[in-house]
Amino acid sequence: MTSILGKDLTGLEHMTPEQIRLILDTAEPFKEVSERPIKKVPALRGKTIVNLFFEASTRTRISFEFAEKRLSADTVNVTASGSSVSKGETLVDTARNLEAMRIDMVVIRHPSSGAAEFLGDRIASNVINAGDGKHEHPTQALLDLLTIRDKHGKIEGLKVCLVGDVLHSRVARSNLWGLTKLGAEVAVCGPWTLMPRGIEELGVTVFGRIEEAIEWADVLNVLRLQLERMEKGFIPSLREYYRVFGVTPERLERSPRAITIMHPGPMNRGVEIDSRVADGPHSVILDQVTNGVAVRMAVLYLLAGGRAELADAAKGGE
Amino acid sequence: MIDPSRDLDDAVDVLIQDGKITAVGRGLGTPDGATVRNVTGKVVAPGLVDLHVHLREPGNEDEETVASGARAAAAGGFTAICAMPNTDPVTDNQAAVGFIVRQSGRAGLARVHPIGAVSIGQKGERLAEFGEMVSAGAVAVSDDGKPVVPSHLMRTALEYARTFGIPVADHCEDPTLASGGVMHEGLVSTRLGLKGIPSAAEAIMVARDVLLAELTGGHVHLCHMSTRGSVAIIRDAKDRGIRVTAEVTPHHLTLTDYACEEYDTHAKMNPPLREAADVAALRGALKDGVIDCIASDHAPHAYDEKEAAFDDAPFGIVGLETAFAVAHTDLVGGGVFMLPDLIRRMSTEPARVFHLPGGTLAAGAVADVVVLDPAAKWTVDPNAFHSKSRNTPFTGRALTGRAILTIVAGTIVHEL
Repeated sequence: MTSILGKDLTGLEHMTPEQIRLILDTAEPFKEVSERPIKKVPALRGKTIVNLFFEASTRTRISFEFAEKRLSADTVNVTASGSSVSKGETLVDTARNLEAMRIDMVVIRHPSSGAAEFLGDRIASNVINAGDGKHEHPTQALLDLLTIRDKHGKIEGLKVCLVGDVLHSRVARSNLWGLTKLGAEVAVCGPWTLMPRGIEELGVTVFGRIEEAIEWADVLNVLRLQLERMEKGFIPSLREYYRVFGVTPERLERSPRAITIMHPGPMNRGVEIDSRVADGPHSVILDQVTNGVAVRMAVLYLLAGGRAELADAAKGGE
Repeated sequence: MIDPSRDLDDAVDVLIQDGKITAVGRGLGTPDGATVRNVTGKVVAPGLVDLHVHLREPGNEDEETVASGARAAAAGGFTAICAMPNTDPVTDNQAAVGFIVRQSGRAGLARVHPIGAVSIGQKGERLAEFGEMVSAGAVAVSDDGKPVVPSHLMRTALEYARTFGIPVADHCEDPTLASGGVMHEGLVSTRLGLKGIPSAAEAIMVARDVLLAELTGGHVHLCHMSTRGSVAIIRDAKDRGIRVTAEVTPHHLTLTDYACEEYDTHAKMNPPLREAADVAALRGALKDGVIDCIASDHAPHAYDEKEAAFDDAPFGIVGLETAFAVAHTDLVGGGVFMLPDLIRRMSTEPARVFHLPGGTLAAGAVADVVVLDPAAKWTVDPNAFHSKSRNTPFTGRALTGRAILTIVAGTIVHEL
């Protein structure tokens, strides 16, 4: 049976605003489950889910695993290294093997853009993209949207700036689609070496200076600067990056409003974000992590065919 | 009959004897024992010539052999094709060149002319032995698949090739700009999160090659042009009388980077599919003769190699069996130019660029002939290909125009 979201969740680019809102609304009742002494509901009892990670991940994998377990699904973690075998061959063969084991859902992370779609096109099980190359990381964007909505009571009309390595960021792409679909204004800020070609054509404002972004924004979503970007020559040094683009209390003080600070993690403290900002009063970084579990529960529940209006009731049972 | 070599477009008879064209004209008599083929209503033309194909022999005979490639060529209306040397081992010496010539002779289908490597092992270090390769049958040299990176090597290659009267065919790509790229760098690559190859990666090398051709007086042939920037440089170079020729593929004339949507690995090739403005510039350049000819860049791959994530799939598509029809449908059908112009760009001009026999139906020429049915409607079904590989972005495409009879040296090698 195909759910209201379709068979797979591979990205936000091709989703409707209604589908995105549905996921956020469905996440609301699931938030409460994690606050209970016994954090388990029977919604996915009997479903088998494989967490297929071809790339290192701590928080996304754990977040999915908690979401699955709190919905009573049976889960298996597969951590495959894409290094020894050709990645493409592994993916095809893995898909066939999973199919042969009659599993219900696959959560996949893979270093190649398009890998989740590739898998989804080849197996009958639901596929959830937990990050594919530089393409999308939809559940991260959904939890970001939920966190913004919690904090500001709305998304429409807000000014959100994605700061840093947009070029290599799947989080940035998913956020861009999700935010614009829900009516936010989106900007990006960073050195031109880390901006993808044609980004302006996607209806995004580009700020070359962090000061301009801070003056403009209601929300800053500070992206992780992968340390290998320096080795590959995109920026000359982390020191200079911090000095030119670092989100610091001194810079934020000049803003006319209290800017909400987000970060998808893991943070490089003192590089893209100053510790005093990350731990400061306007940081919602840990709320993002908490919301991650609820959003993923909502996605799993809806893809499994659960009905949004019954999400509250689905929490019943024990 | 259409013979662009003599600007002929007329209803006439063609007499072939002993592998040569012996007479062309109205009401030719029938010598004793002659076979008469009546192809009234169809188009008789010089056989098509493809300067750029990859046959995978030696090395990857599961994907293509000289014989299977020559069979596919004949089916596509080609009477001569030029095999790139990026085989395994590399075709970089007279023995390897001679092997291709012998395999071609054994197959007895379309002629397969070997292209020798520029550098030993295509490593971009030391020149291969052009003189011996030419005496064994090589018609050009190229390190295609890769660019000739060191400018000094390209300079000496152009000078040394000039000694033997052959062109150096270059795959123009600045490897530091293109590194890791899998498609055109632009809006689509940004959306798909795929690493792009900027247009400048090609144009920079085109500019360098043009300057080196000017410096040396050598003949540089620019493979598979894909960008409007390259077109501008070639136009300027030709205006200045520099010895430069260029080719373009049917897919770069008809598809854009939007074909990569859905991560379709059959739209992954190098150079990558570019933007609509590039397609328009390439079409204009072909019409004007700034780009001399169409070449397929036929690049067979096993089906399971393309069955992969976009990053992991190899570059390249097959083209011999769709080249004429794709170009005919979109360029002639699309009003870019007329059928005689297309035949000129697929037969007469490529034969001239590499100094090959064929490309003409003048009396005394080799009897390499194709009969085309410009009205034939067909749908691309890769399972019906004679090539061993199926990797095409044109599956299911409805096309108009097809070769119905292909003759090499007076012998029928394909008949539909």
